[in-house]
Amino acid sequence: MPDQPAPFLRIDGVSKTFGTFQAVKDVSLTIAKGEIFALLGGSGCGKTTLLRMLAGFEEPTAGRIWLDGQDMTGVPPWERPVHMMFQSYALFPHMSVAKNIGYGLKHEKLTKDQRMARVREMLDLVQLTPFADRKPHQISGGQRQRVALARALARQPKLLLLDEPLAALDKKLREHTQFELMSIQERTGVTFIVVTHDQEEAMTLADRIAVMDKGQVKQVGAPGHVYEHPDSRFVANFLGSITQFPARVSSVATDRATVEVPAFGATVETGLIPGLAAGEALTLAIRPEKLTILREKPAGLNAIPGEIKDLAYFGKDSLYRVILPSGELISVHAVNAKREDNRPDWYDKIWLGFEPASAILLRD
Amino acid sequence: MGPQTRRHPLAEWFHRRGWSDLIIGLPYLWLLVLFLLPFVIVVAMSVATRTPTAPPFGYGGDNPVINLNGYARLLHDDLYIRAFLTSLLNAANAMILCLLIGYPMALGLTRVSKNWRNVLLMLVILPFWTSFLLRVYAWMGLMGKNSWFNGLLTSLWNWATPEGWAVTSIPMMHSNFAVVLVMVYTYLPFMILPLYSSLERLDPALDEAAMDLGTRPFGVFLDVTLPQSVPGIIAGGLLVFIPAAGELVIPTLVGDAAQPMIGRVISDEFASARDWPMASSVAVALLLIMVVPTMIYSHYQAKADTGERK
Amino acid sequence: MKRRPWFLFTMLAFGFAFFYIPILSMIVYSFNGSRLATVWGGFSTKWYASLFSNRQVGAALVLSVQIALISATVATILGTMAGLALARFTKFRGRLLFTGMVTAPLVMPEVITGISTLMFFILMADWVGWPGSRGFTTITLAHITFSMVFVTTVVQARVSQSDRAIEEAAMDLGSRPWQVLWDVTLPTIFPAVLSGWLLAFTISLDDVVITSFTTGPGNTTLPLLIWSKVKLGVTPDINALATLIVLAVGAGVIIAGIVLNRAEARRARDERLAYRANE
Repeated sequence: MPDQPAPFLRIDGVSKTFGTFQAVKDVSLTIAKGEIFALLGGSGCGKTTLLRMLAGFEEPTAGRIWLDGQDMTGVPPWERPVHMMFQSYALFPHMSVAKNIGYGLKHEKLTKDQRMARVREMLDLVQLTPFADRKPHQISGGQRQRVALARALARQPKLLLLDEPLAALDKKLREHTQFELMSIQERTGVTFIVVTHDQEEAMTLADRIAVMDKGQVKQVGAPGHVYEHPDSRFVANFLGSITQFPARVSSVATDRATVEVPAFGATVETGLIPGLAAGEALTLAIRPEKLTILREKPAGLNAIPGEIKDLAYFGKDSLYRVILPSGELISVHAVNAKREDNRPDWYDKIWLGFEPASAILLRD
Repeated sequence: MGPQTRRHPLAEWFHRRGWSDLIIGLPYLWLLVLFLLPFVIVVAMSVATRTPTAPPFGYGGDNPVINLNGYARLLHDDLYIRAFLTSLLNAANAMILCLLIGYPMALGLTRVSKNWRNVLLMLVILPFWTSFLLRVYAWMGLMGKNSWFNGLLTSLWNWATPEGWAVTSIPMMHSNFAVVLVMVYTYLPFMILPLYSSLERLDPALDEAAMDLGTRPFGVFLDVTLPQSVPGIIAGGLLVFIPAAGELVIPTLVGDAAQPMIGRVISDEFASARDWPMASSVAVALLLIMVVPTMIYSHYQAKADTGERK
Repeated sequence: MKRRPWFLFTMLAFGFAFFYIPILSMIVYSFNGSRLATVWGGFSTKWYASLFSNRQVGAALVLSVQIALISATVATILGTMAGLALARFTKFRGRLLFTGMVTAPLVMPEVITGISTLMFFILMADWVGWPGSRGFTTITLAHITFSMVFVTTVVQARVSQSDRAIEEAAMDLGSRPWQVLWDVTLPTIFPAVLSGWLLAFTISLDDVVITSFTTGPGNTTLPLLIWSKVKLGVTPDINALATLIVLAVGAGVIIAGIVLNRAEARRARDERLAYRANE
């Protein structure tokens, strides 16, 4: 992560209202030059509206967007150095691949040779040179995606917006394209803003992600940080899977706290969050992969008794559903690292162990 | 909510610059002057009074401002009532026959191979592009007393019926039978095409699922195919019924002059009797009885469709 | 297991016989030597000869085509504007009325359209002195009005189907709105505009009822000429004229069908190509 330079893109208190519906509520973000930034959220969370305001298709109802020191208010889409890769790709069906890529260049003062050279360069970048004369319906979905990318990059934008860039591709192609996008970003150095509903896509692609819900940014940070340290129940739930229980703080020490969890029928030790005080009611959340299934009660770890209710064996790993003394269920994910025939089975009485630091305490 | 209700950014710009006013305004103005204004004239004329002047109507002055005589005659003179009934009956018969003939044809079209299907579809559409008038005319040639077709039907009749029933020809022309037959002939493509497009969309796996669950083929048709093609049946039915009910050309050429249809009545009141107010009253009644309900229906249908899609 | 639906195929065969026997019969009888239109009197082409020497028919055809060309073109321009407006300008004042005005002519019985338009022309002549006489202009105006709504329907369907994002993409890549319209919107809706024009042309060329109300003395279109003859009964020269029209239209539609089929085959091949490129 680069240190904080002067922000390249500054979104300053932006809101957008459609009639009575508030699509985006007071969003402020700063994004550095050359970053891949992901806006992550479910449908209707406002991420697409925010993207469309960056592109200039919608004007913010309140707030301002600054790009490279320039106020973007009132600048129409055709004058913004911001280009977009549309979810549907939006390729012009009546133009060839090369014409599509070269379309934006006709608005620049370039000679015909320069323009053709740029198109060739772009075709080369996305490895589509042999398909230059094909029409969009004559190429595959993955190739269309690359044409859309090349078309958006051809004018060398300051900012590239990618709306669900991988959503229309099948799973196998998606992984490959993901790395290709990252390598193209590295080579061109253009700042990318990716809108996606797919948390894996956001986490692998982006340097930083912003999780959005109901028009608001809930949390911003590096993917690992947001995953391991979610600061709200929404974010914890949205990224990966997690089981949450109501809890109450019993006591607070210098480096850890003791928390009573009725569902566990026990108190457990956890890490600290700022301002924790004895007696506070909050939520304790724990991710399935942080739990270990043990035959004997472990020493030195948090330990909860349980019985295996369900299991799904995937080969390399397994997913268990464990019933707690209170009758509530908790998910446990185990990597089958060893060749073993005596794995925990249906109705086995077992113990669940976890590190104090693995428990997540959530107030919101 | 959602992006569908937002104005397209392009439209937004045209709107702000006032260009959209021109793009909407020109066709808008055209239709206002050449469609809505004439229509308003019909409505106004329906309450005017007939006078021996030119143009043959009066309004205010010696005449009442609103003269409901035309509408009163509609209810009292059974010429009009019979004309309405004849029109509704002929149109309904034509619609039902089109459905009975068109449905199996449309279903058959979905079962032929892809190459044949395109050829056959073109053959369904082809008569639609040829002159309407000539398609009516073609049947006049067939139904006439001396035609080979009439001769064929006459021999069939004489062969199939007992001695004393023999006829020299079958009187087909100038009857409601002829009107319905020609309507079925000219409007059948309007029934087949919407039916075909609603049947073509059906997933063949649904038929297989029903058969798999123990339903016999005709049961599959009743339980699976027919209910799903209801939108096509309604669309096709309206496309046949509406023009058939207001038809003028077919009843004039092959219909029974003693049992005129409503289109003929409007035309005669207007052109022969020069009774503009009466012709207008009949026209307004026709619209109220037939066109308005179907328009309201299709309005709600369209709403229901978009609601489903969301 | 695939059972052949014999009942459906039989119905198809009967249906097509029903469609085409009257037309075939008409074609056969156009070569009838007898003066009586329905009694066979040996093969002859004399009705075609008399048709070609008939100046009235030629004049009516020319008038019909002139009216159809002008009205289809104007109707296409107006109808395309209306279709664009309805599909893209989601909100505007009087939209409900506008929607009503573009759908009502589709379901309005032709007689009513005919008498309303005629009364409008007569009253306008009475009030403002225009139109001085009825004929070419009044027919064309009426044809434009009722055929433009067909164009609107076709164009509107096409525009609402097309991806809204391609216009945004063009704006995003630096094109100003007029250029977007020219570069992207018009080329993508062109097929719909073309078929709208063809539809308007055919409707105008075929119309009897509205034309009969809006015409004036001396302005006889081909359908009006046929109408006036047919009202008196079946005549052999109309058989000949009908045959020529049916053959001309049939050839046109079949050629168009073959071209479209070819295009579809090409598209299918392209898709296979794309599929292979995917691997």
